[in-house]
Amino acid sequence: MQSEDSMNRAPLFLLYLNVLIIASCGLVYELLAGTLASYLLGDSVTQFSLVIGIYLSALGAGAWISRYVDERLARCFIEVELAVALIGGASAPVLFLAFSSVGAFRVVLYGTVFAIGTLVGLELPLLMRLLKEHLDFEDLVSRVLAFDYLGALFASLLFPMFCVPRLGLVRTSLLCGLLNAVVGLWGTYLLRPLLSSRGLSGLRGRACLVIGLLIVGIIKADSLTTLAEEQVLGEPIVHAETTPYQRIVLTRNARGFQLHLNGHLQFNSVDEHRYHEALVHPALSSVKSPRRVLVLGGGDGLAVREILRYPSVASVTLVDLDPGMTSLADRFPPLAELSRSSLKDRRVTIINEDAFLWVGRTTEITFDTAIIDFPDPGTFSVGKLYSTRFYRMLRERLTAGAVISVQCTSPLVAPQSYWCIVKTLEAVGFHVRPYHAAVPTFGEWGFVLASSAPLPETLSLSSELSGASRFLTDKILNSLFDLPPDLARVEAEVNQLNNQVLVHYYDQEWGAMK
Amino acid sequence: MTLTRRELIVTLLGAPALFTSGCSASPRLPPEGDLLSQSWEIGHRLRDGFRPPPSTDQWHDVGVVIVGSGVAGLSAARRLKQNGCENFVVLELELQPGGTSRSGRCELTPFPWGAHYLPVPLPHNRELIRLLDEMGVVESLADDGSPVIAEQFLCRDPDERVFVDGEWIEGLYPATGASEEDFAQLTAFRKEIDRWSAWRDAAGRRAFSIPIRHATDDPEVLALDKQSMSEWLRQHGWTSQRLHWLVDYSCRDDYGLTAEQTSAWAGVLYFAARLKEPGAEHQPLMTWPEGNGRIVEHLASQAGTRLKTGLAVTRIQSSQSRQRLGEVGNNAPISDEIGYEVLVFDTAKEQPIGFRAKSVIFAAPQFLAPRLIEGFSGRTGRSAEPFEYGSWLVANVHLSRRPRESGFPLSWDNVIHDSRSLGYVVATHQSGNDHGPTVLTWYHPLCDDNVKAARTKLLKAKWSDLADVVLTDLERPHPEIRSLVTRLDVFRWGHAMIRPRPGFITPPSADQRRKATQPDGRIHFANTDLSGIALFEEAFDHGLRAADEVLADLNSRP
Repeated sequence: MQSEDSMNRAPLFLLYLNVLIIASCGLVYELLAGTLASYLLGDSVTQFSLVIGIYLSALGAGAWISRYVDERLARCFIEVELAVALIGGASAPVLFLAFSSVGAFRVVLYGTVFAIGTLVGLELPLLMRLLKEHLDFEDLVSRVLAFDYLGALFASLLFPMFCVPRLGLVRTSLLCGLLNAVVGLWGTYLLRPLLSSRGLSGLRGRACLVIGLLIVGIIKADSLTTLAEEQVLGEPIVHAETTPYQRIVLTRNARGFQLHLNGHLQFNSVDEHRYHEALVHPALSSVKSPRRVLVLGGGDGLAVREILRYPSVASVTLVDLDPGMTSLADRFPPLAELSRSSLKDRRVTIINEDAFLWVGRTTEITFDTAIIDFPDPGTFSVGKLYSTRFYRMLRERLTAGAVISVQCTSPLVAPQSYWCIVKTLEAVGFHVRPYHAAVPTFGEWGFVLASSAPLPETLSLSSELSGASRFLTDKILNSLFDLPPDLARVEAEVNQLNNQVLVHYYDQEWGAMK
Repeated sequence: MTLTRRELIVTLLGAPALFTSGCSASPRLPPEGDLLSQSWEIGHRLRDGFRPPPSTDQWHDVGVVIVGSGVAGLSAARRLKQNGCENFVVLELELQPGGTSRSGRCELTPFPWGAHYLPVPLPHNRELIRLLDEMGVVESLADDGSPVIAEQFLCRDPDERVFVDGEWIEGLYPATGASEEDFAQLTAFRKEIDRWSAWRDAAGRRAFSIPIRHATDDPEVLALDKQSMSEWLRQHGWTSQRLHWLVDYSCRDDYGLTAEQTSAWAGVLYFAARLKEPGAEHQPLMTWPEGNGRIVEHLASQAGTRLKTGLAVTRIQSSQSRQRLGEVGNNAPISDEIGYEVLVFDTAKEQPIGFRAKSVIFAAPQFLAPRLIEGFSGRTGRSAEPFEYGSWLVANVHLSRRPRESGFPLSWDNVIHDSRSLGYVVATHQSGNDHGPTVLTWYHPLCDDNVKAARTKLLKAKWSDLADVVLTDLERPHPEIRSLVTRLDVFRWGHAMIRPRPGFITPPSADQRRKATQPDGRIHFANTDLSGIALFEEAFDHGLRAADEVLADLNSRP
């Protein structure tokens, strides 16, 4: 036979290499979908379980469908190969995009998994039928299946050790697609004797088109998440968006997820409870039955989660510049879970405005507690939120005995910045109590309590909190106010709008760390 | 002689700007905008003899007529009122008071149309400190009498940056690539300025002080007026391009003149008069979103309904002269004492009206005096000739959001190094509004030697061409600017600033200015041009002085 003459041993070996690549890519798509689903939706056991189940059943469906392919096996194999390349290759970027723009994300997710599974399921039966003319049945089954499982092992090692840490999910997906497409194009040469000349160039054209599209995708992937960004943040990016105000990026590792604003870490789900308990409870414990609480910044809703533990709190007003931040939990369910959907609570009012402008313009309402959770004063537009002018305007919005707490960067790394904030609060006439807490992700962190009235010397946690707090006990709460000698006060100027010394201190102190 | 767009760009921005402006015949222009100016049409009609007489029932008797509601006129009104003289009117040709300190407003923010900041006065300027105190700007006084200004009125940091070699850097000095020699000359320059700030004459007066009537008249200091600021720099052996640029920028900013055109006396004053003592920083600046429009608003609110806008004064004549001219055909009673008739054209009602006053404060620029005051030119020693005024182009550029950029962040004052414009200030800066839409106020003084030709050129230009000039200039640091502009209004100031060119401060010009400052009968003069430099402090000071002269008139009356 004509075909038997031309399909010698060498190309057969190459066909096994194809099997290896196909198998590896197939498993990578499955792992990608599972990882992505657990990153985005949380609950990794459920997500992996569902993705594996759907994927395996789709493999079966693909194998079943293969029986209906009667003619032009080789052409069909190559077409399937190109389809896998396109759908599998684009899966991660498409799912990321769908996540932030499509309501029924789960439908898209599982639909994609099923489609990829079906196509991959078609591949092997078709290939085995192509090869059966040239091999004994026992030989065929043993070799193809051996390479298939070998590919799976290869992929399962490569994926966590190289792909995710080095390439990120989006590039891994596009690269696998590219491999599939190259195999498809290569197939048009390997299987040339089995392909009719009619439409051959069209097939090759389509293969080249798919390769081109995926290459463009790899180049464009930078606009979704840049490789540089992932490398700087050190963890795979699972969600990224650019709002008119800032770049919001969520990363994820085995232990939890992290929020970064403009490249600065805001919290790590692993130890954020330490930070937020230390930020919120000293202030609320200093006020007898806090009723009206103001939160400035804190659009992640984690401080509000702590505040809502107090039954006396009747209203929480949260002022955060960026609507993209206060609605992030809607698009990233793990955050909703972590914050217990605190921003959806009926007691909470959200105002998306620059706190400086809002505090200056609001007149009707006063608060008995204020939690100030602005980003670190690294820019002039944030620095103004730590100025005497700002604190004076804020004081107009507070009741006589109101207590405020302010997050004020690390007193260990940036002592002058820390004490500058303390001194600025003193300059407007507040009584202050500096305190600190250890937040492993951040290190030694600084806060300050301030009030127009003298602050109580000892604090005790509200009885409703007992058992709810994971970090604070009465004893630990009071110990936060003991500053070790390496956090001792240093000289600093008062931060005013017209000098912005704090931004300069911060720049020098944190700049020296880099 | 209408200029083409290309010619206008070359004239206003210089030929290199053509390279960045591209060759497109129809550049992308803002969706909307207005072409604004002072009401020069009525001025030209006046020049051609337009002065219709009012009918008999259109005469009003007042004690004092103040002509002009710029800073000088409004300051005079405030002084009169605070001294119990409430029988006055302030007549303003424009629909809005403020002169070159006027401002505009949109939904987002007010913005300046002219003067937009005031340095914190030194302790000796007590009257100005009192005004600021009245406005709630002064929190307290330090032991030496220096005002402690409330934080929100001091220019918010970051206050200035400059775009040099494709990058924004902090401050005004173009430090990028500066050599040790550049820095050495800058230090030497500052030392020389320090020396002048420490200089005192035998009477203990400073070499340079604001208002300038507090300063010395010692020949050593006045001798600076004989040369230009550039010559003065070169005389000291300072040739650093960067230093010359810094000084040139400052001269253009404060006087609308290049360093080559500015009297060295005025140039040194700019630097030395705002230093409290040697080694001190330049006095901090106070600013408001609407610039000095905020002070105008305060002053105008004190004048209340006595401020009347849309009224063009067409003639100021003494009552006696009217008798002499035999115009007493009507029933208007004529009193024996000297008085003035101020003929006015109400531009809204298109109707002439008249005011009879015992005194007049002429708080308009000197160049208008011969056109409005009967017999002005005939009087000995009086001439508006030496008073030369520069033109300015000011644009308010409304943006849908701030341009994306890197380098030192958006500041209050944003200067483009390689431009003939002065760059722009950000109207939303002082209110702490750091995100989203904003308004940029862009300034361009026309430094041409031939002021008349430059003025004609400016007044003939079309909105589209001027808007294109503004955007071509802003495009250099902000390539995407055209896609962000939602509105662009252009204001053409024909007579914006008195020009202190060499020789203007010293005789014979000084004698003419002194004469111009003295009353003409009971017409008193108040305007910053009488000081030879255009500064808020000078206008304010002249307003107070003229009001005091009027109060003395009233008190001396039997």
